Amino acid sequence: MTEIAVGPTGKLMRRDVVKALLENRDGMLAIGGLGAPAWDITAAGDSPLNLPLWGGMGGAAVMGLGLALAQPERKVCVITGDGEMLMGVGSLATVAVQRPRNLSIVVLDNEHYGETGMQETHTKHGVDLVMMAKGAGIADSRLVRTAEELLKLRADIHAGNGPLFAQVKIDEGTQPLVLPPREASILQARMREAIMGPEAHLQ
Amino acid sequence: MFPANAQEDDMQREQLESAPTAAEAWPDQIYDLLKQHGVRQVGLVPDAGHARLIKRCLADNDMKVVSLTTEEEGVALAFGAWLGGEKSVLLMQSSGVGNIINMLSVAIAHRTPCPIIVTMRGDFGEFNPFQVPMGNATQACLEAMGTLVKRADRPEDVADTVNATLRLAFNTYRPTATLLGQRLLGAKTFGK
Ligand SMILES: Cc1ncc(C[n+]2csc(CCOP(=O)(O)OP(=O)(O)O)c2C)c(N)n1
Ligand SMILES: [Mg+2]
Repeated sequence: MTEIAVGPTGKLMRRDVVKALLENRDGMLAIGGLGAPAWDITAAGDSPLNLPLWGGMGGAAVMGLGLALAQPERKVCVITGDGEMLMGVGSLATVAVQRPRNLSIVVLDNEHYGETGMQETHTKHGVDLVMMAKGAGIADSRLVRTAEELLKLRADIHAGNGPLFAQVKIDEGTQPLVLPPREASILQARMREAIMGPEAHLQ
Repeated sequence: MFPANAQEDDMQREQLESAPTAAEAWPDQIYDLLKQHGVRQVGLVPDAGHARLIKRCLADNDMKVVSLTTEEEGVALAFGAWLGGEKSVLLMQSSGVGNIINMLSVAIAHRTPCPIIVTMRGDFGEFNPFQVPMGNATQACLEAMGTLVKRADRPEDVADTVNATLRLAFNTYRPTATLLGQRLLGAKTFGK
């Protein structure tokens, strides 16, 4: 199992967090929000089970919803940034109303818009995404600060008693770029093929 | 001014929202087309013009109806659904088109089938000034974002036009839209 290090701020290191969540994933599908979270899921090991986003800011959670509804037997994990989640925060309500048991939404909260030069997000100023997710109706919404809490989160994601929402406080340090393929039709096609086999291309 | 009586209240409400009469067949024809194409996920922000179609979808256990907080979630939903092998449709009013513009880049870049059925406002005998700017810009905005747009203004054209929109999306992997003209929805002007 990956060691989950803490950074100079005493907060969890994002690459370790994502690696731990995706290790031994047992076919779990992952959608990575644009920017650093997409690089994080790629650094954990690029795979057809990963859909790293290059855009669509604010859409990651509902993309996960559409996928989770279409594939109820598979676990779906959306891993995204605090800025991305805030842009589509209404989608927490949309997700909660559908109650997909197989969907988890994990926000990597560095309290900044990392990709665009580390401007502060609202979470830096006390906006509580866990309360917002709870208020939306996602009963299992939690704050994660420690390695122990992260391992519990991992176990619960894999148990599939969702929908589940987690706000993981992470170190704000920028990590080296690990870029996934940029041709998005390939990203879509490879995940479809991983799920449905070559038949996917004849749908 | 308050309406003087219930009848006047009804008349004013009809001015506010446009919907087809019960005699019109086309909402049921759209539902039949969604079934023929195997649509399993229906994302929507309601419009009075879609009310009967929405009811039909809600009554169908093979359809997952997803009520959205903003139309742009509908494009994201279509992408997620297609990743998992399900076809979807987005039902919305023209005023919501401005909300989906950037999210269309997701469907374009990934080559995702994303059919959209838009009921028009601000189009033909509009009563509400706020509907006009977006209604007037609806087709231009969608087309500027690479969406193939077809229009139906007569009841007899609706089924063929929606069918073309669904086929173009599912066969050629892109966002497509049918605009259902306000004329179809029975815009009332009451001498205004
Ligand atoms: C609609 C839209 N607005 C703004 C941007 C610019 N943008 C790209 S990444 C990003 C910040 C993302 O921040 P966050 O989700 O917190 O991820 P982080 O890099 O901090 O992990 C922004 C604002 C964009 N790509 N799309
Ligand atoms: Mg951030």
